[in-house]
Amino acid sequence: MSDAIKAATLEYATRLGDDSVVLGHRISEWVSYGPFLEEDIAYGNVALDYIGRARMFYTYAAELADDGRTEDDFAYMRSDREYRNLLLMEMPKGDFAYSQVRQLFADVYYTLVLPQLLHSKDETLSAIAAKGIKETKYHLRRSREWVLRLGDGTEESHKRTQKAVDSLWGYTHELFDMDETEQMLADAGIAVDVSKLRDEWHKMVSDILTEATLTVPEDSWAVRGGRTGYHTENLGHMLTEMQITHRSYPGCQW
Amino acid sequence: MNEISLMPEEQYQRLQQRNAAEVKELWDLLDQVKDPEVPVLSIWDLGILRDVERDGDRIVVTITPTYSGCPAMNTITDDVIAALKANGYDDVEVKTKLSPAWSSEWMSPEGRRKLRNYGIAPPEDAELDEDGLTPDAHAQCPHCGSRDTRRISEFGSTACKALFQCNDCNEPFDYFKKI
Repeated sequence: MSDAIKAATLEYATRLGDDSVVLGHRISEWVSYGPFLEEDIAYGNVALDYIGRARMFYTYAAELADDGRTEDDFAYMRSDREYRNLLLMEMPKGDFAYSQVRQLFADVYYTLVLPQLLHSKDETLSAIAAKGIKETKYHLRRSREWVLRLGDGTEESHKRTQKAVDSLWGYTHELFDMDETEQMLADAGIAVDVSKLRDEWHKMVSDILTEATLTVPEDSWAVRGGRTGYHTENLGHMLTEMQITHRSYPGCQW
Repeated sequence: MNEISLMPEEQYQRLQQRNAAEVKELWDLLDQVKDPEVPVLSIWDLGILRDVERDGDRIVVTITPTYSGCPAMNTITDDVIAALKANGYDDVEVKTKLSPAWSSEWMSPEGRRKLRNYGIAPPEDAELDEDGLTPDAHAQCPHCGSRDTRRISEFGSTACKALFQCNDCNEPFDYFKKI
């Protein structure tokens, strides 16, 4: 592996780890607040899958960095400006409709990204994708069912779900952006060229929203910045809570 | 001659690997390491024990997680080391291998039977839906054997299980998902 490819792969693994840990943490905020016990447990399990995935990406990043850092340093010792996650993942949990719409957007995204990542020439990234593909089938079925049920539910649930779709839509454009780092890796057969997945994502999401009697928004605004470290204020607050124990008691074990 | 196997290919391969292993006694020894979430199943039964090798004085054990977020991996690692140490093997390394991804097909026939007796329906006790996922009804109740059951949650007490309830005996039960 050349130095340039190695550095880019380290950056890429970190980005994918950041997406997973941030979304996993957001989902975990529902634990003990779910609408009913079974749903509470179900969503907690989805959070675990994402946090497990983050651990694998960070462990690989630490291995590539080879500077004594571990997965924990990646998760707990970087500030918001050092995080490279997509903004969609850091949006607050909102109401239940908001979280399920975000989940649907993310689940459809991973349904398309992971089968591509499976073909990566990087064996570790491919192995992580192989595990994620199976889980994502279950994740998507769950979020799809919730969006259908809430969109095509009561007047109140429909209103809230449509509001969630409208307020999150502008954060989805960034999911399909490529930059120099990812382009170089895509050319080398390592990273996924996400720019080619937008049409399919739009079609799958639109079909589900339409079935849920919801309106697919126009592309009228877009927010970008996660991959360069420019975040919404939400991430800083989230990291404060996520990192405080680790930073207050360095090396603490129980 | 056509051989008709009564055992899924994956399980057959695992059994061949175990029987041909140079360190067969270590595979036997590791039968005492149980999954902390389902304590009736050994790590062999569950299919997460992938390999046992001797490298000089060192014993290298390879395990694989069922799901990405399986919280039991650290405990299993500790238990493997403890089981081997108790039998005089002091130099033990436990490796986690992600690929090939774990499949419920790897679960041993003995494991499936134990699972059912423990009150968890094994993967083959339900017919999968057209997407190959857990159906929304008719997983066989491990308590009374009825097929008149319904799914009440996609995820049960752990990510590898879904939650069902029996309409005949009314008992809720976990169903071990096929992946």
